[in-house]
Amino acid sequence: MAVEVKIKKDFGSFVLNVQFSSEDNRIGILGASGCGKTMTLKCIAGIETPDEGRIAIGDRVFFDSKKKVNLPARDRKIGYLFQNYALFPHMTVEANIGIGIRMKGQGKNQRIKELIDKFQLNGLEKRYPSELSGGQQQRTALARILACDPDMILLDEPFSALDGFLKETMQQEMQEMLKFYDGNVMMVSHSRDEIYRFSNCLAIMDQGKCLMIGKTREIFKNPGLKEAARLTGCKNIASVEKTGDYEIWVPEWKMTLQTKEKVGDDIHYVGIRAHDLMEVQEGTENSFRMESVGVTCAPFETVYHLKQQGMEQEKDLWWKKNSNIEDISESESFTKIIQLPKECLLLLI
Amino acid sequence: MKEIFMELDWSPLFISLKTAVVATFFSFFLGIYAARKTLKAGPKMKAVVDGILNLPLVLPPTVAGFFLLLVFSKKRPIGMFLFDRFGIKVVQTWAGCVIAAIVIAFPLMYRNARAAFEQVDVNLIYAGRTLGMKEWEIFWKVVVPTAGPGIASGTILTFARALGEYGATSMLAGNIPGKTGTISQKIAMVIQDGDYTTAGIWVIIILIIAFFIVFGMNLITSRKIKTVKRW
Repeated sequence: MAVEVKIKKDFGSFVLNVQFSSEDNRIGILGASGCGKTMTLKCIAGIETPDEGRIAIGDRVFFDSKKKVNLPARDRKIGYLFQNYALFPHMTVEANIGIGIRMKGQGKNQRIKELIDKFQLNGLEKRYPSELSGGQQQRTALARILACDPDMILLDEPFSALDGFLKETMQQEMQEMLKFYDGNVMMVSHSRDEIYRFSNCLAIMDQGKCLMIGKTREIFKNPGLKEAARLTGCKNIASVEKTGDYEIWVPEWKMTLQTKEKVGDDIHYVGIRAHDLMEVQEGTENSFRMESVGVTCAPFETVYHLKQQGMEQEKDLWWKKNSNIEDISESESFTKIIQLPKECLLLLI
Repeated sequence: MKEIFMELDWSPLFISLKTAVVATFFSFFLGIYAARKTLKAGPKMKAVVDGILNLPLVLPPTVAGFFLLLVFSKKRPIGMFLFDRFGIKVVQTWAGCVIAAIVIAFPLMYRNARAAFEQVDVNLIYAGRTLGMKEWEIFWKVVVPTAGPGIASGTILTFARALGEYGATSMLAGNIPGKTGTISQKIAMVIQDGDYTTAGIWVIIILIIAFFIVFGMNLITSRKIKTVKRW
């Protein structure tokens, strides 16, 4: 079902002004903390009321300030997964799941049983939320949402509070669980990995505005906007001056770069992902003699901070390389010929 | 000793308990209702309403009694109306005991309920709404149970205060043995007569009740909070 969102809400110091629509049924919203993405979800769910705008899913209009439509949250049939899951602490797993089921008696019990099976909560029916693990809590919250047969599910940073290992397991689980569900799902996150795995359609938000919306893979491949590049994890971004149709000058890096695509007049920035830098032979196009000025080691990945040798470069470039724990020698300083391959350059507005 | 107990007029105990139970019942709902309303109100409105509702807590009970007399006296409009229309007499009756106790004890219920409601995670309320629950359903099935310990301790404190109420009660309801004579009034009366034995007995009865009230309150609040660590 098509989702249409047009929201304006003034908070005084912050104005939310989001507009997007999508036909996809797995929509991701990526944005830094405090950019208004959670507020957008809350407006869609009916928890918050926008000052003006229109919110509709398919032919169901939830909010239309012109026609004075504002459906209360309980009639919108939208499931909302809260960051802290918001399970009712005084109710058992069973009671939590059953609370939104309108049927009575046998039919209700039947439905609860089905959901308990589907979400692998067998044996936990009589437990209270405080007696469940994070993963079990999330499954209970999802089961509770699906018990209401929602037309759409909203996921508000569902994994942000979890530690690394659990996070990946639960992302996996969530995707399995959502296979049962063919309605719309919208997820909000500041993590590009989560968003990339989950969504087909991606909206990028910054400072209360929706900057762009498009196919997730396309946006990751070619962000187009500086903010989009930054949010999708591009570490090296610098302002540029156009010096030719296929040539740019990057003052902060003290580099002249050849580009694959024609440089438009509106291009003001260039970006390159840290893992796209390459070590090459001298004399290759877009290559520079660079020395390492710093290094950060992760277990299987090393980030080198590079500067051109003998140049007063304002910003260093990040070069991310897969590495083994044994490669200690790599962390010592070095000088190498490094290429910024022209097909990897992101021309940004 | 046995004879003293045999001859003792137990009516103050029953009057006090009956008054406390009925007053707590009304204060419970009124306090929760008022707490809910003030939570919804804007900050200025809240400050004003909150101030008025808490007044009986800080005013001397005799001042509250004075106002109650003003309101319910048969010579005044409201009291006259109640008596002419419904035949209800408040001054010098058991109804007076209850009303005095409600007015004095109500702020305790209200304050505790409000504090407890303010602690409730708003996401629980939002979740209830998105799950299709009606507002009253959310309130009674989610908010009140979640705020349980706070409400329970508020209820117990209200009961305790209503049980021991003296000042406003003596002014509004008087001390009519067997009708409005509560334990507190009984103690004051027998001491004036120099009968310290009877006074002592009633003091011990009150002490026992008070201890069980505090004991019960601790039990309820600590049972709910499992995460409290001993240190």
